[in-house]
Amino acid sequence: MRWVNVRPNQRSAVLLGAVPLLLLVVAYLFAAAARHAANPADKILPTPAAMVAAMRGLLVDADPLSGHLIFWADTLASLERLGLALGICALSALLVGMVLGVLPSARATFGGLVTTIAVIPPIALLPILFIVFGLGETAKVALIVVGVTPFLIRDLADHVAALPQEQMIKAQTLGASSWQLALRVALPQALPRLIAGLRLSLGPAWVYLISAEAIASDVGLGYRIFLVRRYLSMDIIIPYVAWISLLAIVMDVALAQLSRRGFVWAHQASR
Amino acid sequence: MSELLTFDNVWLEYGEKTVLERVDLGIAERSFVSIIGPSGAGKSSFLRLVLGQEGPSRGRILLDGKKLTPECGPDRGVVFQRYSVFPHLTALRNVMFGRECAKAPFTARLFGAARRAAAEEAEAMLVEVGLGDALHLYPAQLSGGMQQRLAIAQALMARPRVLLLDEPFGALDPGIRQDMHRLILGLWQEHSLTVLMVTHDIGEAFGLGTRVLAFDKRRIDPHAPHRFGATAVYDLPLTRKPPLYTPDPEREVLRLTESVITRTHDSQ
Repeated sequence: MRWVNVRPNQRSAVLLGAVPLLLLVVAYLFAAAARHAANPADKILPTPAAMVAAMRGLLVDADPLSGHLIFWADTLASLERLGLALGICALSALLVGMVLGVLPSARATFGGLVTTIAVIPPIALLPILFIVFGLGETAKVALIVVGVTPFLIRDLADHVAALPQEQMIKAQTLGASSWQLALRVALPQALPRLIAGLRLSLGPAWVYLISAEAIASDVGLGYRIFLVRRYLSMDIIIPYVAWISLLAIVMDVALAQLSRRGFVWAHQASR
Repeated sequence: MSELLTFDNVWLEYGEKTVLERVDLGIAERSFVSIIGPSGAGKSSFLRLVLGQEGPSRGRILLDGKKLTPECGPDRGVVFQRYSVFPHLTALRNVMFGRECAKAPFTARLFGAARRAAAEEAEAMLVEVGLGDALHLYPAQLSGGMQQRLAIAQALMARPRVLLLDEPFGALDPGIRQDMHRLILGLWQEHSLTVLMVTHDIGEAFGLGTRVLAFDKRRIDPHAPHRFGATAVYDLPLTRKPPLYTPDPEREVLRLTESVITRTHDSQ
């Protein structure tokens, strides 16, 4: 049988997918053991036991200064910023993307502006955001919004504008006004695309969040990583990075499920 | 029969390029007009003019004696070869769409008794086109033939003065196509429709139409092929209809197979 025709079934696909991850963990354990054999005080590749010990302090012992459980306070702060920012992104992208996609005159007027904003590297705007909004929460949320929204707007506007012309004509011959066309034809078909766009934006959104937290913050997952870097605390950085990955995966899966449950028609293979 | 649609010296030009020239036609009410012609002979442009997707550069088109506005409206229904149903709505909601737009300008949705009335009407229409057991399926779950049935039902709900068909059966298998011919002839008689159908299939054009228009260019300048436009070079009224559409057991089998395939797909 040719290699291209070898298709794993569902169970073996899961197993196959787990193998590289396990290999990575095993390789790390070997490397950590080797480094500790040479130098028992090694900080670069901490053993799992060291990580558990370091994380226990952040997970269950309250910080003597603030009285918070640091790990959970960090998680909460970061998720709050991310959630607020992505909410603003989704709503504004939906509004602007729909208008640009449905109305050719709006697209002609504002399409260039959106494209221009989209090519600015958001991190380059961070100093401006700090100057304008101060060092508080607003600047961090604004960075994510500035970074993600233009992409979402362009994606959504393109998608709506590319809906088959036949559908638009058909809706008009059925008596639909511009508003009814936007509401009943364009909007429902834009929503699954918005969710797909949000899923793709999760990665950049995390990058902007951690950048903003690294530069000016006093709580948050990104803040903590950059803080403990000064003490070479890999035993905290590695669990934090793993936790961030897990959160990102959960958000991605949740959005995929939302799309599949809410928009059944969009996930049926067409015949 | 009164004249429903009148073309009065209609031209369609894009700058130097002439697509249609000197189109002078009267379309009688309740006629079934087939439009044939080679590719690029302006068949689809002609249909676009009637549809109101664009206006003529010269001349006038009158519908019921009134000048046609260059914008699509509910007095003209259309079925395209593809993409003319809404993929995000079930068959029933697709057919209800026109009624909902007419009765609810702001929400474009009906509730309560009005909704039930619209749903009943839509269901009757779907039963009439043979989709009685596919009310709650999405277009992606329907075969090509069933999607076209749905598109026809959707268009008929708006009670258009003219029904425009742009190669509606071009993408269908031959057996299914015969079923669709029978369906559209039945609906044409039942609903007293006026139909304009663009097709590539000459047999279809003569088998269905009461009148056949052949579009082509009268004059050709070999050095500037775009210089002259097309017009209806043949206008053939058909008075006797050949008995093309007697029931055929083999086609019945095909139709049944199609519906079985759909149900199997649905139950998975």
